[in-house]
Amino acid sequence: MDWEAFLLSIELGIGTVLGLAPIALWAGRALAYRDFRGKGFVEALVALPLLLPPTVVGFYLLVAFGRHSPLGQAVEALTGQLLAFSFEGLLIASILVNIPFAFQPVQRAFEAIEPSVREAGAVSGLTPWQVFLRIELPLAWPGMVTGLVLTFAHTLGEFGVVLMVGGSIPGETRTIAIAIYDRVQAFDDRSAGIMAATLLALSIAALGITNTLSRRIGRRRG
Amino acid sequence: MAEPVLAAELRQEAPIPLDLGFALHPGEVTALFGASGAGKTTVLRCLAGLYRPRTGRIRCGGETWFDSDADLWLPSHRRRIGLVFQDYALFPHMTAEANVAAALGHLPRAQRAARARALLALVHLQDFASRRPAELSGGQRQRVAVARALAREPEVLLLDEPFSALDRAVRVALYAEIEALRARLACPIVLVTHDFEEVARLADRVLVLEDGRIIAEGDVGAISARADLPIIAAAAEAGSVLDATLVETLAARRLSVLDTAAGRLVAPVIDAAPGARLRVRIPARDVILADRAPEGLSVHNALAGTVAAVEPRAGGLADLLVAVGAARLRAQVTEDAVSRLGLAPGRPVVALVKSVAVTRPGA
Repeated sequence: MDWEAFLLSIELGIGTVLGLAPIALWAGRALAYRDFRGKGFVEALVALPLLLPPTVVGFYLLVAFGRHSPLGQAVEALTGQLLAFSFEGLLIASILVNIPFAFQPVQRAFEAIEPSVREAGAVSGLTPWQVFLRIELPLAWPGMVTGLVLTFAHTLGEFGVVLMVGGSIPGETRTIAIAIYDRVQAFDDRSAGIMAATLLALSIAALGITNTLSRRIGRRRG
Repeated sequence: MAEPVLAAELRQEAPIPLDLGFALHPGEVTALFGASGAGKTTVLRCLAGLYRPRTGRIRCGGETWFDSDADLWLPSHRRRIGLVFQDYALFPHMTAEANVAAALGHLPRAQRAARARALLALVHLQDFASRRPAELSGGQRQRVAVARALAREPEVLLLDEPFSALDRAVRVALYAEIEALRARLACPIVLVTHDFEEVARLADRVLVLEDGRIIAEGDVGAISARADLPIIAAAAEAGSVLDATLVETLAARRLSVLDTAAGRLVAPVIDAAPGARLRVRIPARDVILADRAPEGLSVHNALAGTVAAVEPRAGGLADLLVAVGAARLRAQVTEDAVSRLGLAPGRPVVALVKSVAVTRPGA
């Protein structure tokens, strides 16, 4: 078991969840309630990482983070460090790749709230902010948590993007999924097996949590 | 008449045509009646601040809620209104008590729970305060919605087809509940409905809507006599609606005697105290016209009057209006009877009404 890789993966997962949570809350709600030009295009864009091969996403991010892109140059000028092959770059890549996993459950959760229930809040004298805090959030939070649990589990398992953007630098960019691959390459099937089983258990736990939460919503709407 | 509590003028051409103005008076139940798509609910949503029409004005209790000239639009949460939604729209994650308390934001926090319980008691739900909406029946949900709408001490209470999702037995019980409430409320009530029974039972005044316009308005008795309005003529079991006062109930004979503008009427026992004010309806097809009062018939009610109008109907039928006292009674007879009896405006007739035909709407 490569504990360093395991902890790095957990760190990356938590960082991705914390970074995505506010964005997903804002964007998921906006996609659920607002109508704007190009909404269909934005929704397709959000779903794009689901369809694109991770190596393709990783390739473009690598180019964008690299020394020859304006973004890469700007970051290097500011921090003296390149985004490519760094934990920070990995974190940004992870946030981008997980957008569909986080946004869509949040959007569905806000969409599932009957419009008349939100209107009833306004008619009952609640300000828009109070409607958000007291009606929308309590009804949508299972969707929020589902999105974030999926994001976390998906981050642990992401392979292609991590390999392209981060490589396999121990303690910096070697996540557990990469470590499994390395161990198999080194014919160390025992270590690979333990780590694979750990990921499997975590994924099953994540599914259990999301299922329980969606049942909870179902019961409340009864 | 007292100063109106609310005066509204709403106009736009699209997407939903609106072209109407009306006023609401204290203690009065105004029904917005019409087919679906007539704009009833949209009018209600305008009053509630949930839909902004292109042009118009809404003034309520000295405050302007909407004035398109001044580009003024008060959002819902700043209008003192109570709205009972068609699907009740209770907050699913809150108990009945919390649903009501959520609308008590104008009270100090410490007073809200007690006030919420008092409002639930008003709708006879004190024992259900800790239930969530999913654990309540349809009728109970409706009553929570009514309690929540009253919580804000609204200047206007708006009811959007509040009975349409309920089965008949529950509905009748809730009619009585709403009747009891309106006696205690000083604010005007607006009832949106496509069911004329509800209008006949609960409303004082009717605005008949079609394509966003008011095609007729008046008190319920007058509107129910408008055989020229297809929607009224088509209303289930078209008939006359009369305001009545219960004179006495003859327990031994299982009959009640009523005082109406058409004179004394005998009806099957009505469960109300002497002096109670109520409405009765007489289906047009249950009225028999004769040229003199008969003898030896079982019929209790023989009302002398004169024919006011004759409207031919499809299928060899005719709708007649008979002026009896200050009331207008609708009668439906065959064309054949019209010609045999020579029924024409001005002809004196006796309207015969079986006591069993005299019923309370929605009973």
